[in-house]
Amino acid sequence: MECTLDAQSLISISLRKIHSSRTQRGGIKLHKNLLVSYVLRNARQLYLSERYAELYRRQQHYPDGAPLLAMPACPPPAAAAPPELAALPLPADTQDREARSCGAARGGAELLEVPVCAVPPELQRAPCRDSSPGFYRAPGSAGPGGGGSAAPGLLYAAGCDFGSGGAPHCSSRTTVLDLDTHVVTTVENGYLHQDCCSQCPCCCQPAPGLASPPPAPGTKRKYYPGQEEEEEGVEEGEPGGGGVAGGPPFAPCTKRARFEEYSAEHPQDSSNISNLISIFGSGFTGLVSRQQADSEQPLNGQLCSKQALASLGAWTRAIVAF
Amino acid sequence: FVGAGGGNDIQWCFSQVKGAVDDDVAEADIISTVEFNHSGELLATGDKGGRVVIFQQEQENKTQSHSRGEYNVYSTFQSHEPEFDYLKSLEIEEKINKIRWLPQKNAAQFLLSTNDKTIKLWKISERDKRPEGYNLKEEDGRYRDPTTVTTLRVPVFRPMDLMVEASPRRIFANAHTYHINSISINSDYETYLSADDLRINLWHLEITDRSFNIVDIKPANMEELTEVITAAEFHPNSCSTFVYSSSKGTIRLCDMRASALCDRHSKLFEEPEDPSNRSFFSEIISSISDVKFSHSGRYMMTRDYLSVKIWDLNMENRPVETYQVHEYLRSKLCSLYENDCIFDKFECCWNGSDIVMTGSYNNFFRMFDRNSKRDVTLEASRENNKPRTVLKPRKVCASGKRKKDEISVDSLDFNKKILHTAWHPKENIIAVATTNNLYIFQDKMN
Repeated sequence: MECTLDAQSLISISLRKIHSSRTQRGGIKLHKNLLVSYVLRNARQLYLSERYAELYRRQQHYPDGAPLLAMPACPPPAAAAPPELAALPLPADTQDREARSCGAARGGAELLEVPVCAVPPELQRAPCRDSSPGFYRAPGSAGPGGGGSAAPGLLYAAGCDFGSGGAPHCSSRTTVLDLDTHVVTTVENGYLHQDCCSQCPCCCQPAPGLASPPPAPGTKRKYYPGQEEEEEGVEEGEPGGGGVAGGPPFAPCTKRARFEEYSAEHPQDSSNISNLISIFGSGFTGLVSRQQADSEQPLNGQLCSKQALASLGAWTRAIVAF
Repeated sequence: FVGAGGGNDIQWCFSQVKGAVDDDVAEADIISTVEFNHSGELLATGDKGGRVVIFQQEQENKTQSHSRGEYNVYSTFQSHEPEFDYLKSLEIEEKINKIRWLPQKNAAQFLLSTNDKTIKLWKISERDKRPEGYNLKEEDGRYRDPTTVTTLRVPVFRPMDLMVEASPRRIFANAHTYHINSISINSDYETYLSADDLRINLWHLEITDRSFNIVDIKPANMEELTEVITAAEFHPNSCSTFVYSSSKGTIRLCDMRASALCDRHSKLFEEPEDPSNRSFFSEIISSISDVKFSHSGRYMMTRDYLSVKIWDLNMENRPVETYQVHEYLRSKLCSLYENDCIFDKFECCWNGSDIVMTGSYNNFFRMFDRNSKRDVTLEASRENNKPRTVLKPRKVCASGKRKKDEISVDSLDFNKKILHTAWHPKENIIAVATTNNLYIFQDKMN
C-alpha cells in the first residue's frame, strides 16, 4: 500500500497523537493509543530496516565492518571522521519542518514520562533533524543506493542491534503508575547514552538559551511546563539543540554494536528516532541495556521481533501510565 | 435496491430530521448513540453533552394511511454530568456512549444509559392526572389550618397536561477502571453486562453495589498488552452466551456456564489477514468497532473500518459474507490517520437477518441485502427534506473519470460522518444520526 508519508513522519505524527491524548477530556483512551503504538511499531520497523539497508550497502566498502554499524549522520561533517568509525555521512538536507514536528513529538515523548525520569534537558533539545533526504518511502522503493535490501532478516536484526549499540552509558529511571492497581513501579534501565551527551564532543549544539549545564547522568530532573514551547522555538531553523554549550559543529558519529565503556566516539544522533528510542528506554531494555550490549548479539530476526514487540509494550505502558 | 426494480426493493423516503440547522455544531449536541425500544414506538438518542432525548411515534393516523406516524419529542433529560476523578486527576466525560432499552413490563419505560464510567437505569413515566381535593392542603401545597376544616371530602384524580418524567432508579458505578464501550441486556431481562477496554462485568438490574467480573484480559504486565475489548453483546436468546470483539479483529463467544470467569472462550471467530493488504495501518483497520447479533441469533455482524462481516455462529474460521463499505478509502489511510478519521467507530445494525446497514463519510450510509446481494448508498441531507421524497442512490467514484452524479473520493467531507444508525425492530423505518442531526427515513408505502 502506498503511503504518502515516510516512516519518520509517521513516527512524529504518532507521538504527537499520544502526546495530545494526554490533554484530551476523558483521559487517555487506551484503545486509540494502543492502535497508535502499532503504527509506531510498524513505522519504526520500516525505519530501522531501511536505515540499516542503507548502512549495509555503504559498509560494503569497509571490509572490516563486521558488527560495526555506522550511524547515518548528520549534515556535512565539519571534522573528518575518525578512520575507525567508518562514518557514513549522508547528504545533508535538514528538513526544518520535520525538525519542528519532531521537536514537538520529542517534547511529547518526554512528557510521557513521569517527571522523575532521569532524562536530562539536552536530550529533549537534541537535534531533530532528518539528515536522510533520500528517506525511503516504502520497502523496496528506490533510495540512494538503490532498491531492496539483502537478507532482510539479518538487516532487521542488525538494525535493532544498531539501536542497542546506541545507548549503553547512562542510567534512566522511569516511574510508571498503573491506573488500575495504583501500583507505582520505578524501572531502572540500561544506560542511555544521551545522558552522557553533555560530555560528548560530537553531539549537537545546544539550544540557544539553554544556560544550565546538563545534569549528571542518573540524576532526576524536574519537568516543567513550557518546555515544549521553548523547544519548538529552538528547533525552528536552528541547526539543532541539545548537547553541550559551545560544542563543536556536527561531526559524524557512529554507533557500535558493543560498548565497553563510554568513549569519545559518541553516537551522533542526528536522527530523532534513535533519541526517541532512548527516551522510551524503559521498554527498550533489550535494546539499550548495557548488559546486552556487552554480550554477543546473535543477529537473527527472531531476537529482533521480540525486541520490537517488547518495545511495543513500552509505548503502551508509558501511555497507560498517563 | 432503490428505484426501478423488483417488488422486494425498498424505496427509502425522507421522513423527518431533528436537530439544529446551522452548520456550527455545538460539541454537546453531537449525537453519540441511537436506539429504538423493543416496540419501535420510542427512539432514544444520547449526545456528548450527557443528555438523552426520547422521541415517540404518533399513533397511526387513519386518514394518512400512506405514512407511518411521525416521531416527536417525548422526553429530554440530563442523564450524566461531567465528573472529576480526583485520585487520578482525570475528567470523566458526560458523553453517552450507549443506550439500551428494557422491554416494557408496565406503564413505565426503562432504559440503561452509560458514559465512560457509570451506568444508570432510568424510569420514564407519564403523568396525565393529578390528585385534587385534599382536606389538609391547598391546591398550591400550603397546609390548611385544621381548625378551618368543616367538611371532609375524598380527593379525586383530575386530568392534567401530559408530563413525562425521567428519574434515575439505579446507579451502577465504580466498577470500571477503563472506558465503558458497551452495555447489553440479557434475554433474562434481569441481568446485563458492561464492557470496558479490558474487562466485562455482569450486573443484576436490582443490585448496584456489586457486579461480577466475567472477562478480564488485562495482562499481568501492561507492557504485554496487545489487544483491547471493543464491543460486547449478549445473545438474543441464549441467556448464558455472549460475545465480545477485540481490537485485533477477533470475536470470542463465551458461555457463562463454563466457568465463573470466562477468560477462555468457547469459540473464537477470526479471519486470517490477507498479506497483500498489509500496511502501516493494518492493525487499526482490522479493529472491530461494533458487533451485533441478528434477531434470530444465528448470525452476528461485525464492523471494522472498511467492511462489514457476517459470521455464522457455527463457523469460526471465516465470515460467511464480507461487504465493503468504502473500499476506496484503502489508499487514503495515511491521510485518514493524520486527521484521526481512521479511529472513527462505525456502528452497524440489522433488519431481522436479511439487510444490514452501516454509516460512512459525507453523510452517506450503506445498506447490504444479504439475499439479493445488492447494496445501495444513500445520503442523509437536508436537501431532500420534503417528506416522502425518495432518496436517490449515491455513488462514489474511486478513480478515473467521474460520471455525472458521482462524487469523487477527494470531494468527500470527512467531517460529515454517520457513526450511529438504528433500524426499527418491526418496520422499515430507520434512524440515521449525522453529527448533530437525526434523520428518520421510511419506506415508501404504496
